[in-house]
Amino acid sequence: MTLIPPENLERFTQAPASLDLYRITKKFGDFTAADEISLTVPPGTVHALLGENGAGKSTLVKCVMGFHPATSGEIMVGGHVREIQHPSDARKYGIGMVYQHFTLVPSMTVTENLVLSRPDVPAAVNWKRETARLEEFMATEAPFKVPLHKRASELAAGEKQKTEILKQLYLKSRILILDEPTSVLTPAEATEVLALLRQMTVAGRLSIIIITHKFREVFSFADDVTVLRRGKLAGQGKVKDLDRDSLAAMMMGGTSSAKPVPSAPRATTSTSSRRTALRVKQLSVLGDNGLTAVKDVSFELAEGEVLGIAGVAGNGQRELMEVLGGQRPAATGSLEAHGQPYHGTRRDILAHQFHTLPEEPLRNACAPMLSMAENIALRTFDQPPQARWKWLLNFRAIRKSALPLIEAYSIKTRGPDTPIRDLSGGNVQRAILARELSTLPLKILVVSEPCFGLDFAATDFVHQKITEARDRGVAVLVVSSDLDELLKITDRLLVMSGGQITYETPTATADLAVIGTHMAGHG
Amino acid sequence: MAELSATPSVQPGSAGLAPLPASPRLRRAWGPAFEAILIPLGAILLALVLFGLFCKAQGQDPFKVYASIYKASFGSWFAFQNTLMRTAPLMLTALCTALPARLGMIVIGNEGALVMGGIGAVIAGLAVPAWPHHLALGFMALSGIVWGGLWISLSAGLRQYRGVNETISSLLLNYISIAILNHLVNGPMKDPTSLNKPSSFPIAEEIMLGRITFGDFTMRVHWGLAFGLVACVILWFLMQRTTFGFQARFIGANPKAARLGGLPVNRTTLITCFLAGGCAGVAGMVEVAAVHGRANESLAAGFGYAGILVAFVARFHPLAIVPVSLLLGGILASSGILQRAHKLPDSTSLVFQGLVFLVILFSDSLYGRFKIFKP
Repeated sequence: MTLIPPENLERFTQAPASLDLYRITKKFGDFTAADEISLTVPPGTVHALLGENGAGKSTLVKCVMGFHPATSGEIMVGGHVREIQHPSDARKYGIGMVYQHFTLVPSMTVTENLVLSRPDVPAAVNWKRETARLEEFMATEAPFKVPLHKRASELAAGEKQKTEILKQLYLKSRILILDEPTSVLTPAEATEVLALLRQMTVAGRLSIIIITHKFREVFSFADDVTVLRRGKLAGQGKVKDLDRDSLAAMMMGGTSSAKPVPSAPRATTSTSSRRTALRVKQLSVLGDNGLTAVKDVSFELAEGEVLGIAGVAGNGQRELMEVLGGQRPAATGSLEAHGQPYHGTRRDILAHQFHTLPEEPLRNACAPMLSMAENIALRTFDQPPQARWKWLLNFRAIRKSALPLIEAYSIKTRGPDTPIRDLSGGNVQRAILARELSTLPLKILVVSEPCFGLDFAATDFVHQKITEARDRGVAVLVVSSDLDELLKITDRLLVMSGGQITYETPTATADLAVIGTHMAGHG
Repeated sequence: MAELSATPSVQPGSAGLAPLPASPRLRRAWGPAFEAILIPLGAILLALVLFGLFCKAQGQDPFKVYASIYKASFGSWFAFQNTLMRTAPLMLTALCTALPARLGMIVIGNEGALVMGGIGAVIAGLAVPAWPHHLALGFMALSGIVWGGLWISLSAGLRQYRGVNETISSLLLNYISIAILNHLVNGPMKDPTSLNKPSSFPIAEEIMLGRITFGDFTMRVHWGLAFGLVACVILWFLMQRTTFGFQARFIGANPKAARLGGLPVNRTTLITCFLAGGCAGVAGMVEVAAVHGRANESLAAGFGYAGILVAFVARFHPLAIVPVSLLLGGILASSGILQRAHKLPDSTSLVFQGLVFLVILFSDSLYGRFKIFKP
């Protein structure tokens, strides 16, 4: 690897840069997060990177940024093969990144933030000189203005994002990677920021890779597009040659391949004649940031039905799940189970046999320090035989009831007494699935990303278990960002976007392109 | 297979900590237990060395100082009884920190809960001077539990419903409770005959808590010791063996997961903190009913703060509190001898306690660091 002398570096970073990725592969253990992905960003163009969650977009970009070097493949900057092992390498070659969330220090002024971001901040900063220099930079080079003396906390979201971009220009980045830069902006702000970026590429000052979920942004601002799907290249091309439907098809994996296949003989009774198990009525929920995350959502779930909620992650599914699991209060609206008000207390859970399995079970559904057997006992520890006389724990029964589940769900563990945090992610998922699915009187089951981190065999196993549950009359709600999974196991599909249910369709007649556009926030 | 061989199993003795069971099966069964015992022991040893250096700096021979400490705490039956008398309140106040710790809370309001329990016991004792001995004592203990329990519940409620940090609020409540005590013994409850040391009226001699007796054999130690032992065992049982304890431990490990199971997080927290405060309250009741016979500033003698230390050293395990209380009771009992025999200021024992506390807190970061304990 050659180090560029500083004087050449200056010239190098001034030149319009191109970025080529050649067969980039990134493996985490056995899991291939990015599989031989190649793409080209010619100088002065915008390249959109599209894909569902977990498609490998972030992995790919992190390889380019040097956060985790690629397992194999080559990165070329400006036509030269460059070894990028560390973020400082990326910076050296003029590659900068703008993140989804702001990285400005809120209590510092814009000037301070910009100076702080330099890799070579001196121990004592000559603020007078730095301010003068920044003002000159603003007057000559900066394509747009931000108030230098204001604190970052006083800036509006759009101004903050502009500052982040300006920071990259100030650092002399010539290739910019933007990770969903508009997700925290209002539509007007988003349009403004993207238009500014577009101008800079047209002027030949920047080449851009933009990660996005939004088709609108692809069509308005990008020259080329690459679609990733499950770590593999699903499609690539010039934006002007593509239309919405073909893009949606690429993202969903091709309309032809994913036919809904009900995996078990269905009960013949139609949905309408079955009893409603769960009714969600005009539910609104606030997110962690205090903003409305779920807005006026209503739906019904019938016995013996698998209902799917599709959507790009971060559109309110997590908050909806937390309300269903009793982990977050609803702002307005209510839940009804079997026609009665449901509040998520232990008595309600028992009465209605309503189990919830959130995503990331180790964080949301486990007591990591407690043993696996104790974690599996969460639903049953106060019932005989695990509890005698309602209050005395019978540890032998708790261990004993865990043993067949370890067998049936092939959980790899040293034994039921192992703390659950010592299990691998897939095995935690299995253990918690065992807990939620194994109760026989189960009536309502709500699961989110049930197969995340599982291999193919395990995924099939889970799907089979869910289908079995449905066939014995359990009402099942599956929230997933994996559309294939939903098409395979659900009877009916809802699409959630922007905190609302925007589309409903029976799975048997679902049109992928339509679902895709609704997921992307159109429709 | 490649993954398995990448982390070779630990060679016994390779880390220099030899005397551990060599067979993997034994280590699986006992590794964690050894870890939980050896790390605190090692920490105490380190504290002993540091305190020895301190003594050396004061011009004293550390070995002679330790010999004196031993003699004054465990060296004779007389000394041992002195130690036991201090062990009793320590066990009870330590539970005040140990129980909420199971819920992931750090409560340090032990001193305040002890004082409130003492006040409650005095009020109860003054109200029923003519009741039969056992009944009156029971009433006083109950009052101590309620007063101390509500005091810590206040902290818990502020945390659960208002998001106030329980460590800060319980610490500040200590000062408030001492102020309340001072107000009461200088005002409404003041015994006019207590001139030098403002105190409440004394409770009747007949309803005082007596000394432990077995037939003809009478100890100088009062029944408070039994209260402490019983409380430790009962609360260990409650936390380890009952559905309530399971709930509490689950909530402590992950409140979010506990909510998923519909466990009553707020109620369990409040009840646990009530029990914790109740224990410290009983300590206050014992101090009143067995030692002072009245409420005055002697109630706030530092047993509450020492209880925090005991709870941390015992790693919040109710049964481990018993031996640790005995140890610290010994150190407290020997503070006088340091002054008399070695001309060290009597706050020297506080230096020792402080060193132990710091080293124990530091040793918390060592768990899981030693491969030798890994199954």
